[in-house]
Amino acid sequence: MDLFVHYLSLATKAIFIENILLAYFLGMCSFLAISKNVEASQGIGKAVIFVNGITVPVNWFIKNYFLDSGALSWIPITSLSTVDLSFLAPICYIATIAALVQFVEMFIDKFSPKLYNSLGIFLPLITVNCSILGASVFMNERGYTLGESAVFGFSSGVGFYLAIVCMAAIRFKLRYSNIPDGLKGLGITMILTGLLSMAYLSFSGIQL
Amino acid sequence: MKSKQTFIDPLIDNNPITRQVLGICSALAVTVKVEQALVMTLALTFVVAMSNTIISLLRKYIPSSIRIIVQLTVISTLVILIDKILQAYMYEISKTLTVFVTLIITNCIVMGRADAYAMQNNVKDSFLDGLGNGLGYGMILIAVAFFRELFGFGTILNFQILPEFLKNGLMTMPPGAFIILGLIIWVQRSLTNYVEE
Repeated sequence: MDLFVHYLSLATKAIFIENILLAYFLGMCSFLAISKNVEASQGIGKAVIFVNGITVPVNWFIKNYFLDSGALSWIPITSLSTVDLSFLAPICYIATIAALVQFVEMFIDKFSPKLYNSLGIFLPLITVNCSILGASVFMNERGYTLGESAVFGFSSGVGFYLAIVCMAAIRFKLRYSNIPDGLKGLGITMILTGLLSMAYLSFSGIQL
Repeated sequence: MKSKQTFIDPLIDNNPITRQVLGICSALAVTVKVEQALVMTLALTFVVAMSNTIISLLRKYIPSSIRIIVQLTVISTLVILIDKILQAYMYEISKTLTVFVTLIITNCIVMGRADAYAMQNNVKDSFLDGLGNGLGYGMILIAVAFFRELFGFGTILNFQILPEFLKNGLMTMPPGAFIILGLIIWVQRSLTNYVEE
């Protein structure tokens, strides 16, 4: 029960209080480019949830069984147990992400064409989305356990999904407003994101 | 003449942040203080100029089907290098930059310039293009940081400028970054007469 409450509190924190987009600014490029359209936003949102939920736990294994100081001690060669490869973390994480995204894409193309149609075009874009690498790096910095990193990966994806769909809905309404020329597009989106982020600030201080 | 154009163009007219909409994440995150912004600019300019040079040297040998992974490998190696250098010589600042130095790997400016420019152009132009884009990015970064530090802490480079009671906490928090950057984009686009459809 305690564990459940702990995970729930971690999830709330990742979705609302420390939203990966609005508090840490990760994944802004795709957020700005894709939030023009509600349906595309839902697509990329789901893809981020999916990929983050898989890559963060997988990178946890990479970290704990290959990279950390002494992590290689499961191999029965004594000199390996003192090796510290943690400086290779960024390059290993990004390689894992690139490979997994490719693999997941092939996998769902074969087994679920319907899912592929809704996620397909967004998956390659995701490799260079900072929110994916960012979630893995946060997992590394904060020293999460396996369970925590799975919950964190999934719920930071949910946070991204909520924020991008919300923004797409606002921009849909914005089509009918009269905006000064220089502010059209990127400028007004930035300011609106500021307001949205201000709204999310009101979640801070919530403790479960 | 062309080389000069390659260097100048990304500084103002074709600025990576306000026009190409690349690399927004770190432009927002590491702009709480001018000091941070300066170090980040240095790190990114180094990475983008070097990665452009290396990719351009290798451009005839990289098969196009695996070019993304080759580019990512080159970029991550450079990022690990600069991350370790910052940790060794500027430990205090590197702590405030947290994960954002590592995240230069997925900064769209670096990937974008490597893929769109360095794959087709010679070494000298690629280097200048990288340098220009890094500095163009830095200009916006420092401008955002200037206003955030001035209004948020009342200081510039840690010197007190505004009196204590004028401090505005909102500027040091995420919404301040979004709104300041929005206004800077407005100014830049009005000056260059650019209208997005």
